[in-house]
Amino acid sequence: MRYVDEFRDHEAAVRYIRQINRITTREWTIMEVCGGQTHAILKSGIDQLIPGKINLLHGPGCPVCVTAVELIDRAIAIASKENVIFCSFGDMLRVPGSSKDLISVRAEGGDIRTVYAPTDTIRIAYENPDREVVFFGIGFETTAPANATLVYQARQMNLKNLSILMAQVLIPPAMEAILSAPGNNVKGFLAAGHVCSVVGYDDYEHIVSKYNVPIVVTGFEPLDILQGIYMTIAQLEEGRAEVENQYRRAVRREGNITAQKIMGEVFNVVDRRWRGLGLIEKSGLALIHKYAEFDAEIRFGVEQLTAEESTECISGLILQGKKKPYDCPVFGSLCTPEYPLGATMVSSEGACAAYYRYRKEGTESIKQSGGKERP
Amino acid sequence: MCLAVPGKIESIESDDALSRTGKVSFGGILKEVNLTLVPEASVGNYVLVHAGFAISTVNEEEASQTFEYLHQIEELGQSGKSDK
Ligand code: SF4
Repeated sequence: MRYVDEFRDHEAAVRYIRQINRITTREWTIMEVCGGQTHAILKSGIDQLIPGKINLLHGPGCPVCVTAVELIDRAIAIASKENVIFCSFGDMLRVPGSSKDLISVRAEGGDIRTVYAPTDTIRIAYENPDREVVFFGIGFETTAPANATLVYQARQMNLKNLSILMAQVLIPPAMEAILSAPGNNVKGFLAAGHVCSVVGYDDYEHIVSKYNVPIVVTGFEPLDILQGIYMTIAQLEEGRAEVENQYRRAVRREGNITAQKIMGEVFNVVDRRWRGLGLIEKSGLALIHKYAEFDAEIRFGVEQLTAEESTECISGLILQGKKKPYDCPVFGSLCTPEYPLGATMVSSEGACAAYYRYRKEGTESIKQSGGKERP
Repeated sequence: MCLAVPGKIESIESDDALSRTGKVSFGGILKEVNLTLVPEASVGNYVLVHAGFAISTVNEEEASQTFEYLHQIEELGQSGKSDK
């Protein structure tokens, strides 16, 4: 497939690894922010192919993994109501709340449906005028414009039976939270390319100057990640700290202005609680007043519901890059993708699930195929 | 979750500002995609698709830079020191 296979070219990957080896003289800890990148790194074995001096930490960039338990509990409370059709991306259904998950609500008779696009719920609301249709609005900046479009269109169409449970989070504040946490040892970031496709990367300039860490906007294919690692290590070795863009084919500095407009029309920035990271200021999106009638928390009166995180799961430390999945005593024994105890084992982009899948069953090396047809 | 997959726009079905949609091919498999967020994209362009929405148009000229960059740093390595 174009813009996929050529970026998995084995020979080019080997050459990139050789160059990374050439310039790496010291130990460096860098974090890939996005779970999609974690998945690709584990799948292609990049973590084992790059020099041992480079420690890759897996960041908080998996929206499924960072959604706070209280939001899952609110989702469960809404989905358990009679007359509700609860719509969600499939990954969310198995994330444990404080006492159960959405799948068990479904088993108890709840009408829970998985959708591919947020706007699919518009059709469902339209076809079920007597039912309340609720969408679980999770995601980072990448998903925000799609979720905003859902709300915007619902208002245009005057749909009275549709609402959204807002769980949107923003990436740059989480990167700052990691950098300012005591004991942080992240020296550079591979920033999440698709987040930047939407919002651009101007926001990173102040992080770079405040914390003196290089940030390289990076894509998701093996060669993207290897180039991103090279660019980050080159900055560190040269003592530079700048924002650079590896993923130029998909990311412009200013991002996608059309997408930002629709986000600005519907959302404003609020404080939000992250699983494992706690409350982070200005790290979430909520509906602005004009759209408050579409807020599911208000409609169903669940705003007050709070919950404590379970203590046995160390996914909070994993999301901050302080521990790796192997450090968890129940990894692969009591906690598996089939019976996940924490969200990082649920989502295929969670670090625990990626380790379980690719480090228990072996690594699929960077594909030999592709690469003939270069763009 | 933030997975976005590149595909080629094969046709644009409806073109009003609010709900621009089209058919996008992912290695031969056609899917209906919302194109509202990429007003600049036209038939033949590649777009990155996430949750049913195209979020960015792939810039074809920039796509080769990953390979050009590799050449550059290899030359840099050669001129810097002869390690072999
Ligand atoms: S292995 Fe399971 S219990 Fe342990 S940190 Fe990961 S998700 Fe939590």
